[in-house]
Amino acid sequence: MNNLHSAVLIAVIAVVTVMLRAFPFLVFNGRRKVPRYTMFLGDKLPYAIIGMLIVYCLRNVSFGALADWLPSFISVIIVAVLHIWKRKTIISVAGGTLVYMFLVQAVFV
Amino acid sequence: MGIKTTVKKAFIKSLPVMAAYVILGMGFGILMDDRGYGTVWSLVCSVFIFAGSMQYVTADLLAAAVSPINAAIMALMVNARHLFYGISMIGKYRNMGKTKPYLIFGLTDETYSLLCDDKDYPPQKKDAELYCFLVTLFDQMYWIIGTLLGALIGAVFNFNSKGIDFSMTALFVTVFVEQWLTSKEQRCALTGIGAAVVCLIIFGESNFLIPTMLLIALILTISYRKRGVSDE
Repeated sequence: MNNLHSAVLIAVIAVVTVMLRAFPFLVFNGRRKVPRYTMFLGDKLPYAIIGMLIVYCLRNVSFGALADWLPSFISVIIVAVLHIWKRKTIISVAGGTLVYMFLVQAVFV
Repeated sequence: MGIKTTVKKAFIKSLPVMAAYVILGMGFGILMDDRGYGTVWSLVCSVFIFAGSMQYVTADLLAAAVSPINAAIMALMVNARHLFYGISMIGKYRNMGKTKPYLIFGLTDETYSLLCDDKDYPPQKKDAELYCFLVTLFDQMYWIIGTLLGALIGAVFNFNSKGIDFSMTALFVTVFVEQWLTSKEQRCALTGIGAAVVCLIIFGESNFLIPTMLLIALILTISYRKRGVSDE
């Protein structure tokens, strides 16, 4: 780990993030109308991106031995069930993570 | 409305985010510690980046020491949705004064969800700005407090944190389920998963995100064109 490199990465990520948040305010500063295509993408993209991010998180899961995929599989199901049942983000995230940690530390060692 | 009333109103409004941010912030602090980054690093991220899911990804990017360009592309993709929060807040933030830059900086998913409905704003313009500023500020405070707690817990208790990184997956699954239950955009959600799986198989785990984004944009554009034609 190189401290300078890490600091540069954090700065880049911070700048990109704030630019994304500020961009609409800079471009559509009242007078210009937001194009319909932009509004359409704005409507739909969040749903597709979250799906993509789930796949991104699970990209390293392989389907060889049971221990490679079963902990993730079980834990994702538990998060989904907890969320459908309680609709509380904290319960779903904490519950699923604890189950996953238990599975990879104690069951599928 | 007096300042005191506005502060109270903003605090009550921000309460639902308090628990979520403290817990998720702790998860981030612990994850960073697990990746070898201590309290100062975690706090710098939470003060200057202030973007939940992106900070979880950041912990991975730091540990992997990726190139700045890769980090920029990743931040662009993970946070692209903020563009659209901005679009829907243009009108509501139009008359904001000195605090506007901070309001825009702090427009996270959760803050957006609290402030996107301006029927809750105090009637006076000045009160409304103070209200939005405080909700944003309280949210960031919760996030920073959580991060600090997580970083300290990670440093003090040397517990086995193997598997803690699943909290990021769990967060996204939670958002996915929430969207699935509350919107009519199930096809978009499946498009995201489908495109990502196809690209993962074709391009492999280290190169599939950009092709996935392009594929998603292509599919959405095609459906926009189709809809546009049927509208006329």
